[in-house]
Amino acid sequence: MSSSNPTYRLLIALVLAVVLMVLDQRTPWAQPIRYVFGYLTAPAQYLAHLPVDTARFVSRQTQSRGELLEDQERLNRQVLILEQRVQKLAVLEAENTRLRELLNSSASLEGSVLVAEIIGLDPDPNRQEIVINKGAREGVRRGQGVLEAQGLIGQVVEVGPLASRVLLITDASHAMSVQVNRNGVRAILAGTGQGNTLRLLYVPDTADVQQGDLLVSTGLGQLYPRGYPVAEVVSVDHRSGAAFADILARPKAQIDRASHVLLVESKPVEPAPADQDEQEDAPPDMAEEEGQ
Amino acid sequence: MSKEKPAGTGVILVTLFLAGLLEVVPLPEDLNWLRPDWLLLVLMYWVLALPHRVGVLWGFVVGLYHDVLVGTTLGQWALAYSLGAYFMLAAYKRMRVFPALQQTAVVFLLVGSSNLLAYLVQESVGRAYYPPYTILYSTLASAVLWRPVVAALRWVQLRFLVR
Repeated sequence: MSSSNPTYRLLIALVLAVVLMVLDQRTPWAQPIRYVFGYLTAPAQYLAHLPVDTARFVSRQTQSRGELLEDQERLNRQVLILEQRVQKLAVLEAENTRLRELLNSSASLEGSVLVAEIIGLDPDPNRQEIVINKGAREGVRRGQGVLEAQGLIGQVVEVGPLASRVLLITDASHAMSVQVNRNGVRAILAGTGQGNTLRLLYVPDTADVQQGDLLVSTGLGQLYPRGYPVAEVVSVDHRSGAAFADILARPKAQIDRASHVLLVESKPVEPAPADQDEQEDAPPDMAEEEGQ
Repeated sequence: MSKEKPAGTGVILVTLFLAGLLEVVPLPEDLNWLRPDWLLLVLMYWVLALPHRVGVLWGFVVGLYHDVLVGTTLGQWALAYSLGAYFMLAAYKRMRVFPALQQTAVVFLLVGSSNLLAYLVQESVGRAYYPPYTILYSTLASAVLWRPVVAALRWVQLRFLVR
């Protein structure tokens, strides 16, 4: 029987594999296969994370009363500080919306937020990716931005039924649009494949970028929401003769230490003038003020 | 069930699942280079033990599982594992009579060649940033772990009557 011949089977497997690779690279049609296999791979990922969970559980169970009290006090202080900032923020946001309306541009919006836990890191050293414990069931979509408390960490590139895969900003295939918070200089921030280093590409040698500058997302790629901190410039190297400065940055988010992340819905930046839709979004008091 | 009928497909699947688990279990960054190719080792054991049942197509499906598990291009590991299973099928009669050291050497070559194939695919889609010799580390680790894996799986095979 010819079909039981291993060479024959190998040929079939090789052809199938090549077809699959082409499909996966060039078209979205291979996604369903990934999705179905996702039911089988997610349990492995969840189980692999179990030791971490257990360790966390044990350490929580064995915390002393003193430590808990200390923690509580610290958190209370933090809440106070944050509340005070939020108060300021509300005023600033209102003012910002007003000013944007004056400029006839639509207000930047914040979308819905979903909290997820990191359950896996990519075992392949060639990739900077993480796996999170939320999937299509919870409404994760491809292309969502992923944040940590300190800043942006990446975007969702693959959604499974129970878990999703996030490409980190440090991956060498990742690049995004950022601007210097201090003066608004825009540039492209690319990953290097190394855990803690990013590179600003194509910045003219004369551009005003300094060590310590905060880089924030611009939202121009239409993937990330605008205005989130991304990285901090750690070194600026002006080389004589080169057209571009060699600028290295460090992610603001502590990617290797984070355990929970936020998924944010990003909406495309709309430079179009504000229409009735936006008017409805704005609080009523603002509409009145505009009338004055 | 009569003696001739195959049995224990579930056991094979469970061992493969556990191998997949080890494939993604978090390791310190420096040890990550030494992560052995558990799925391929387990697959090769079953090919060696049950060549009439576990073959190239098993390799293909297990490879696809690996692809989805670590998020590589679909087909990358399917290709590599199909080839690994094929080589093992071609060599299983000799493998069974080889002494331990020689077996380890053959496994080194098999794992190395299939990992090299996976690397080439990764390279061709532009996702390989480290030089190719880095796969030597994990291949070495795989070869060293071959005998322990064989010992463990042989126990499993006898205990659960997989045939």
